[in-house]
Amino acid sequence: MKHMQTIQKPCIKTGKNTACGECQASCQSACKTSCTVANQTCARENSENK
Amino acid sequence: MIHSFQFQDRFILVDVESGALHFLDEDAYQVVQAIEHGGDPYSAGVAADTVKEILSDLEELRQSGAYDTEAMTAPEIPGGSAIKSICLHVAHDCNLRCKYCFASTGDFHGARMIMPLDVGKRAMDFLIEHSGTRHHLEVDLFGGEPLMNWPVCVGIVNYGRELEKKYNKSIHFTITTNCVALTDEMIDFINREMHNVVISLDGRKEVHDAMRPTVNGKGSFDVILKNAKKLVAGRGGKEYYIRGTFTRNNLDFLEDVKAITGYGFDQLSIEPAVLADDSPYCLLPEHLERIDREYDALADYYIEARKTPETWFNFFHFMFDPKGGPCLRKRINGCGAGTEYVAVTPDGDLYPCHQFVGMEEWKIGSLDDGIRREDLQNEFLGCNVCTKDTCKNCWAKYYCSGGCMANAVLYGGALDHPHEISCALMRKRFECAIGIYMAEQTER
Repeated sequence: MKHMQTIQKPCIKTGKNTACGECQASCQSACKTSCTVANQTCARENSENK
Repeated sequence: MIHSFQFQDRFILVDVESGALHFLDEDAYQVVQAIEHGGDPYSAGVAADTVKEILSDLEELRQSGAYDTEAMTAPEIPGGSAIKSICLHVAHDCNLRCKYCFASTGDFHGARMIMPLDVGKRAMDFLIEHSGTRHHLEVDLFGGEPLMNWPVCVGIVNYGRELEKKYNKSIHFTITTNCVALTDEMIDFINREMHNVVISLDGRKEVHDAMRPTVNGKGSFDVILKNAKKLVAGRGGKEYYIRGTFTRNNLDFLEDVKAITGYGFDQLSIEPAVLADDSPYCLLPEHLERIDREYDALADYYIEARKTPETWFNFFHFMFDPKGGPCLRKRINGCGAGTEYVAVTPDGDLYPCHQFVGMEEWKIGSLDDGIRREDLQNEFLGCNVCTKDTCKNCWAKYYCSGGCMANAVLYGGALDHPHEISCALMRKRFECAIGIYMAEQTER
């Protein structure tokens, strides 16, 4: 492509092996220790990568 | 849905539904802007041959599922069946009198009181009992100021460790503190037991002391900084955040970021105060342009600072990892207030989250009676970015996941109507975060 460069391919995870709910609670007002959604990591991937 | 914007001297395209991110050249940016705003791409001031090439590039992206992707169907959210996180209000009291405190300087518009250990233990039992098959659970020791009820904090954590073994759960304890009453013994315990610590410190001494006086009206900066440094020095790599607040009185909050990093901290967050319009500290629409410029300046400073280990730091809202982020369910559902997450008051009442505490009409139950307001739970469950009119067509919906529901009720007017200024600030921060991420990716 001449006019654009992809830095991040599609990445929003859906379907099988998602929605387990094991991720950290988030706080959109950020007054807590928890992350917002944008900077949160997937708990399942984290534990699989350990 | 797509969103395009300029960050520094770069042009960025976000494919909202897939999360794909692209750099554009300036001609492509003009064409995409025209498309995004419903205009004719050939009227974007770009030569027709070039427009043709750009449209061909966009078609290639579309074919690969990375441009103008169809909206995804929301997955069914089986929330309400399991609680995975609780906020324990161990003290409805505080040793500071912060002028922007959402909790009415710690009493949450009620009597000043502390949580008995018995209530704390019953709250832990409640969490285990309602956690279903969830393995990872979270308990935040919150206030007011939790250190004002320290023996109960210790008792709750110790009891939690017993429950972990008994029920094969993993509990992350966290604490949000102003550090004023911190002792060496507390530091040792916190650094051993707490997965994360949030420390309230606003940045420059004069800014902090103006907003965060002690009960006696004196500045709290010196004691907090001294204690916070000691606490963080002993964290040994465990998570912490210096959490500051900015108001209309310090719209130059980059200077507070510089101050905090200058004290030696490298994990920080400066949050906008969200207050009623009649507060002398609240942010108003006329402040947004100035705040946007400050976030831009902060982003420039951040990128430069992160190039060398000596000045590297993390700014909470600029942390962005699209590859390792949460799945669609989480992005749609957000914090899970009232369903996956509840707050427990010192006398055992249950609220959807810490910010709802004291609003009687939002009380969902108690430790004695359990959840009594399933209607409210269902209201929270049904309120997500796929159902809220203002979120459905917002490009940032999968990053903010609908914003803070308490702020929506308090300042937006209704649970399904997010607070508009908070939305504007979120969108600006996400543009910066995405821009920073892309800049750092290409520099590697």
